[in-house]
Amino acid sequence: MSLIDRLRRASFWPMLRKEFIQMRRDRFTLAMLIGIPAIQLALFGYAVQTEVRNVPTVVLDQSHTPQSRRLVDMMANTRNFRIIGTVTNREAVRNAIERGEAAAAIIVPPEFATDLKRGHTAQAQVIVDAADPLSSAAAISAAALTGARSGPELTGRSTPVVAPAVDVRVRPWYNPESRSSHYIVPGIIGILLTMTMVSITGAAIVRERERGTLEQLVVTPIGKTSLMLGKTIPFALVGYLQVTVILVLGKLLFDIPLRGNLVLLYLLIAPFVVASLGTGLFISAVTKTQVQAMQLSFFFIMPNILLSGFMFPRAAMPEPAQWVGAALPLTYFLTVMRGVLLKGVAMNDIWRDALILTGFAVVLVAMSVRKFSKTVE
Amino acid sequence: MTSLPQAPAPGPAVVTRRLRKTFGHLVAVESLDLEITRGEVFGLLGPNGSGKTTTIRMLTGLMQPTSGDATVVGFDVRRDSEAIRRNIGYMSQKFGLYEDLTIVENIRFYAGVYGLVGAERETRIVELMNELGLTERAGQLAGTLSGGWKQRLALACATAHRPAMVFLDEPTAGVDPAARRRFWEIIYMLASRGTTILVTTHYMDEAERCQRLGFLSRGHLIGLGTVQEVVEQFKLPSIEDVFIELQRRDEGAAA
Repeated sequence: MSLIDRLRRASFWPMLRKEFIQMRRDRFTLAMLIGIPAIQLALFGYAVQTEVRNVPTVVLDQSHTPQSRRLVDMMANTRNFRIIGTVTNREAVRNAIERGEAAAAIIVPPEFATDLKRGHTAQAQVIVDAADPLSSAAAISAAALTGARSGPELTGRSTPVVAPAVDVRVRPWYNPESRSSHYIVPGIIGILLTMTMVSITGAAIVRERERGTLEQLVVTPIGKTSLMLGKTIPFALVGYLQVTVILVLGKLLFDIPLRGNLVLLYLLIAPFVVASLGTGLFISAVTKTQVQAMQLSFFFIMPNILLSGFMFPRAAMPEPAQWVGAALPLTYFLTVMRGVLLKGVAMNDIWRDALILTGFAVVLVAMSVRKFSKTVE
Repeated sequence: MTSLPQAPAPGPAVVTRRLRKTFGHLVAVESLDLEITRGEVFGLLGPNGSGKTTTIRMLTGLMQPTSGDATVVGFDVRRDSEAIRRNIGYMSQKFGLYEDLTIVENIRFYAGVYGLVGAERETRIVELMNELGLTERAGQLAGTLSGGWKQRLALACATAHRPAMVFLDEPTAGVDPAARRRFWEIIYMLASRGTTILVTTHYMDEAERCQRLGFLSRGHLIGLGTVQEVVEQFKLPSIEDVFIELQRRDEGAAA
């Protein structure tokens, strides 16, 4: 029998066809899969304004010079800091922050202007209430940025002036205003793909086990490859559809910049989709009911939302949380997506993360295929 | 991947030799020696937990035997499970239907999985639906069918590739008497074309429809032969009495 004929008769095709019919018939799930991107985008883009503006700030200006006043003005002009008052000593700064009246303080020491004149590094301090990592990150980035800008302006030389009080590195140059709707779009793409690929795929396979159709399939000559591919490919396509919906809506609603190469973007989504499908397959292999599969995928998705850098900057997390984040494919996917989508970086800037993602894909698929094959037997 | 089932090898439909399956300390099937002739309607009887389903699962390749040998339509269950799968049909208690697919879509799917394509597949679908009286409901979702219809649809799916042998694991559980009668007519129709049937059942009237019976009790084959032979072997008036007597013994042993 010829190769073409064998391909034509491969049990992969009926499997694929069946999945599409089932998907079409399950209107509710399909509507959710396509509708969720739109709703999430609107929700996160409009409602959850994670961009931090107007952090209430007190000023302790011990320098009392035109230079120090200029620095404070520049900080205020970023609109990240809203100056609510001036204080006269450090104790008052502490009190204001502890009472919650202020979430940040700008402190200019007495020697600020003299240091500037002498050409020394003039130090100013920005204290940020880090209880809310979002606002702190935004404030810190604004402070660092302003510090860097103020140097040349105040002295005419290009020396950095403000060393941020808290050692948190933020890379603000591609999103200097911390516009969260820009920042959130790549995140939504990642989270949605995770949810769809992991939980919906996992449940779809477990459903076959629950209803006894998996057992029925095993006594047919269908190969495991056909079974797994036929089961997962439709969801991969749905994933790409979701990405497209988000990108188009993001462009229309929030005018997110699509700086990077879209072909590269779609290519780089593939390893992440494969890794997530692998996870879904794994979940389906270790669970017996759809409820279990849903619970397990929820258990997997939570750290993805919290620790990958989707909601909160990873830099502001305690170390163990960072380690967990480092074990999640989404963490790398977000770097890749933000890089390509917002910064327009090319492959040579993100190849490391892309490689890690590919590694995740290979390992997760290998693991779950083994596990899955065993449970089918 | 071949379209038509690889021609089954000659010889008996099923031969098992000292076939054994254990789950930890539990012996599910013990030293089973069984031979089923081609074209035979063979009934496997026994109380719940006697090893019927385990036997079927080993013969269909769903489960590896712990020890012993078995061939199904001439193929070894350990080495040639792929060839066995092409040549048998299997209908489980759960039917294995996709409830969100219609009758015709279910048949088309399974026919496709068995390697039928294009006109060949469509012709076979029409033929199956006519034979099993499914045509009038071709477009109905399987989930909305009653037990009897589901059962016939499941049989259509399991025989889409004209298998040499069909395994039916309690096919008529929860089906009304009229539908059961109709189902048995279809089974005889298959048998008349040379298809070997292995069926497990709890219904004594169904047991009496089988050409030969095997009685399993706690993994042991303790009775084998025609209805008449089995009844004589146990010196009891009917198959039902044999069944009840076995169940009583099993429970006695367990207690």
